[in-house]
Amino acid sequence: MFSFIVRRLLSAIPTLLILIIISFALMRMAPGNPFTAEQMPPPEVIANLEAKYGLDQPWPVQLWRYLEGIIFHFDFGPSFKYKDQTVNDIIAQGFPVTLTYGIWAFIVAVGVGLSLGITAAVKQNTVFDYFAVGISIGAQVLPNFVMAPILVLIFTLWLEWLPGGGWNGGQWQYVIMPVIALSTSFMASIARIARSSMLEVLNSNFIRTAKAKGLPMRNIIFRHALKPALLPVISYLGPTFVTMITGSVIVDMYFSTGGMGQFFVDAALNRDYSLLMGVTIVMGVMTILFNAVVDILYAWLDPKIRL
Amino acid sequence: MTLKANLTKLAIASAITACFLTAPLTAFSATHPVTGEELAKEQTYTYRLLDGIPTLDPQLNEDVEGSVVSRDLFEGLLNEDAEGKLIPGVALSYEASEGNTVYTFKLRKSNWSNGDPVTANDFVYAWRRAIDPKTASPYKWYMEIMGIKNVKAVGKGEMKPEELGVEAVDDYTLKVTLENALPYFASMTTHTTTFPTHQATIEKHGDKWTRPENMVSNGAYKLTEWVLKERSVRERNTKYWNNDATIIDKVVALVINDENVALTRYKAGELDKTEVPAGQYPALKKSNPDEAFSFPRLCNYYYTFNMSDSDMAPKAFKDVRVRKALSYAVDRNVIINNVLKGGQYPAYTFTPEATAGFSVPNVEYASWTQAERDAKAVELLAEAGYGKDNPLEFNMLYNSSEAHKKVATVLSQMWKQKLGVRAVMANQEWKTFLETRSKQNFELARGAWCGDYNEASTFLDLLTKAHGNNDGKFSNADFNKLMADAKTSADPNKNYTKVEQILADEMPVIPLYHYTGVLMLKPNFKGWPFKNVQQTMYSRNFYKTAK
Amino acid sequence: MLFGKQILSAVADNAAIKGRSQWQDSLGRFKRNKAALVSLFILLLMIAVAFISPYFAVWDYETIDWGLLGNAATQGAPQIENGHYFGVDDLGRDIFARTMQGTQISLMVGLVGTIVAVLVGVTFGATAGYIGGRIDNIMMRFVDILISIPYMFILIILFVMFGRSIYILFIGLGLFSWMEMARIVRGQTLALKHKEFVEAAVASGVSDAKIILRHIIPNLLGIVVVYTSLLVPQLILLESFISFLGLGIQEPLTSWGALISDGAATMQYGTLWQIGFPLGFFIVGLFCFFFIGDGLRDAFDPKDR
Repeated sequence: MFSFIVRRLLSAIPTLLILIIISFALMRMAPGNPFTAEQMPPPEVIANLEAKYGLDQPWPVQLWRYLEGIIFHFDFGPSFKYKDQTVNDIIAQGFPVTLTYGIWAFIVAVGVGLSLGITAAVKQNTVFDYFAVGISIGAQVLPNFVMAPILVLIFTLWLEWLPGGGWNGGQWQYVIMPVIALSTSFMASIARIARSSMLEVLNSNFIRTAKAKGLPMRNIIFRHALKPALLPVISYLGPTFVTMITGSVIVDMYFSTGGMGQFFVDAALNRDYSLLMGVTIVMGVMTILFNAVVDILYAWLDPKIRL
Repeated sequence: MTLKANLTKLAIASAITACFLTAPLTAFSATHPVTGEELAKEQTYTYRLLDGIPTLDPQLNEDVEGSVVSRDLFEGLLNEDAEGKLIPGVALSYEASEGNTVYTFKLRKSNWSNGDPVTANDFVYAWRRAIDPKTASPYKWYMEIMGIKNVKAVGKGEMKPEELGVEAVDDYTLKVTLENALPYFASMTTHTTTFPTHQATIEKHGDKWTRPENMVSNGAYKLTEWVLKERSVRERNTKYWNNDATIIDKVVALVINDENVALTRYKAGELDKTEVPAGQYPALKKSNPDEAFSFPRLCNYYYTFNMSDSDMAPKAFKDVRVRKALSYAVDRNVIINNVLKGGQYPAYTFTPEATAGFSVPNVEYASWTQAERDAKAVELLAEAGYGKDNPLEFNMLYNSSEAHKKVATVLSQMWKQKLGVRAVMANQEWKTFLETRSKQNFELARGAWCGDYNEASTFLDLLTKAHGNNDGKFSNADFNKLMADAKTSADPNKNYTKVEQILADEMPVIPLYHYTGVLMLKPNFKGWPFKNVQQTMYSRNFYKTAK
Repeated sequence: MLFGKQILSAVADNAAIKGRSQWQDSLGRFKRNKAALVSLFILLLMIAVAFISPYFAVWDYETIDWGLLGNAATQGAPQIENGHYFGVDDLGRDIFARTMQGTQISLMVGLVGTIVAVLVGVTFGATAGYIGGRIDNIMMRFVDILISIPYMFILIILFVMFGRSIYILFIGLGLFSWMEMARIVRGQTLALKHKEFVEAAVASGVSDAKIILRHIIPNLLGIVVVYTSLLVPQLILLESFISFLGLGIQEPLTSWGALISDGAATMQYGTLWQIGFPLGFFIVGLFCFFFIGDGLRDAFDPKDR
């Protein structure tokens, strides 16, 4: 297992490099450059700006300088749009925000989703099943750009329980609504996948055997059925976490949390190359880490899978 | 009891009573010195930002919201009052001499937030920094149109910085020499790019000098908190020379992207000011009449034809009849009254009426009824050879936004129903849009321009041949000559009238409307400069009354 | 003997009885699932209405009713007399026509994009999972990279290079959704690979390709189908997010997502029909996809319940 982990992590490095190179290339291909502005600066100013940020060098040189900055100095470079800040600063500000409500949303989505899905499967075709399925579809069907303003309307304007947005260092009142908005649709998807995969497992032969043997249901579920049933859910979780981070754009926009999702979209629209690369790399690292965790969980859950 | 004991008791009693009587007075103390209104205990002003402010460095700022913050943190030579007239800032007075080519400013004695005196040298430093190629200021061009002597050469690095026509005669006298006479030069010094900056701080901290812990500023407020996409907070600078007149203690700016969410939060009491979403003003004026405001602003909104030589420029647009037809067929009142509903002004000229010193010329098509305009449009288009059997087709480009989308949709429908024209809408996000437009890769594109200073040339120069933002590449020899002459003429308005007439005859752009500011302001929040068309506001002029 | 002849002819008739394939079995099961059938019917009805009703509607999806322009809050509610059955939007355009048009676009985006995602994802994932080892590793790392790339940027480039067309939207969306499918499929394949029937097939010398095609993929269908029915709404939502950013469906065309997002913005001003009808169609559509998906899953599940 240990050697597997090490191998997995090592194979992450070339992946990351390729990711950086592809993102870099794509960014340069898109039209527009960071210095396009309504009142176009005269050519000398643009030339100066490009020289200042090293954009007048040929591609390979730029790429090398950038990589060098990251590997040796952990420096993602200056932001082109936010001229007083470096990318490190911006990520340092935004990442904890996104991570906080992302993790909470993840926990809520997985916790509630799994419980709902598994219980629904066990109590299939009962009232609870229909109720659970109904809730999960209902939750999934409300996109978060509809939910967000509704939440603000309800909790801030009508009930006056929660502030309408902002982050204020992460006090709990500011975290609740982003978490609800973000977790709802994922909770629904997880519930449905958990339910269907649990159903499949419950119908399999070894469970039938267990039932025939007279084992109590609870025993069957937790000791026998749960592990194999979790497999499809686990494979769904890895990319879910990262999608949540990107999807958090809407949450950031509506609740003004200052998280990374919004910097991401902003950086693309502003052609802020270094910020975009910085965010992409952070996302890439998280994806790779998460997928590694997922793979490890796979191996633990199903010993027949030899990696 | 002895007399002494009685007197002592009386004295103590009176003292205690006096305390009770005066205590409430000193605790509140406040009525507004000019209007006499009773002031609220808490003087915090909270408002909404559409997006994070890119920079707080005055020489690097190119953003309207950034300017608002800069004006609170720093102070330039001159300020504007609530009606847009010039009043002293750091400069107590100024004098124009030698035919408006030399301006001498006498500065007051004031200090930076760290105690250092603000001197003329700070201005010299800042202005040189603004054009220094190493600073790479996106507003360098503004310094150039200020026309300071040698500004272009120094800016290119061809001459030494000392050659720039700005000099600190002594610590409190600043002398500026211009290339050519410019009567309105003084009004240009209210702009952020010209604000002084503290040399020692910048040299010590480099790019990080704008952090709250490092910043040294000379304005009414100092920066205390800045979380990039979430909020920024500035608080009273007690070292400001006019600190006693400042009433608002603290200004909080919250970033809220969606204007409807902002309105909800305003209603919930979290904001003192927010923008009114397009189309909502009449309803809000009815429900909250003392909170909704609409007032003129110095900006226009138009669509520009691509008349360049590029391949993208449609042949049809070279025909002035087509251009006029499209402009005539637009029912500006419908756009203003039914779509925007913010009290905007229909535009038949490029320059807004609100511009100082500008008198709106009578262009013919402005005085016709819409029915007459429509009829003429059909006639002109038919003459040019287009109609239902040979429909005119083109792309119309605008940048992504709800309001622009609505206007574009209405325009395309007007053209379709009245002229049988097929106008295909295309929207692009801002950067792509600017790039496309600046490279003449469009057929008809949206545009808007806000005046950088309060005089008509800030608009009309845009359509001269040489202007960097003349994306449609309109070039008319008479127009160019009249605008060049206007700079040195005693009565530029004559030229401006002629020039607007040329615009009406040639119709290189379709002017749609002139902006209004449409805001929600809490009833106890006062001091907003409604009459200042450039919306140059300073937080130190605001105050909150005690309901 | 006469009796023998009768038996002979009866047996000869019976020889014509065909065997039932697995697919026929599944179809039969599907037909018995009432919820799924009803959903399929509703979905087909929705498709029919969406594509046919514009020919009969009073208003088309782009024409502005000048009298109602800007007066949606006061006069724009749904009514029969002026032909605006679902009311008008803030620009005075008929919501009924626009909902129909939006339904067309959204369904197409959902279906086409999903088909692309499923085809690519299942093939990729099953192959990777089955082959295993180094190739699996490489293929999955490739998927990791793709997932981490900022997809919006690529969409911007695609739109600029090829112009804004609906097909780019379909293909673009499909190309960014197959990765999750691939991951899940690969996971399931890993599990299936070690099942007895696969080992049996390997032992009897069936080729890899045939095993993947005829043994693995059909057994994946359960989870693939469920995931697909999750993917369709996801794609529809993804499309609306992209339109939200100004990159997707170009005005005056619209989609459910664009309509819902416009309607959500005006909720607080009382014009609830602007979000109600598109959201209603959206919800009904999704419910249908869900029940159909569930029905398909039950139908393909080898074990009876």
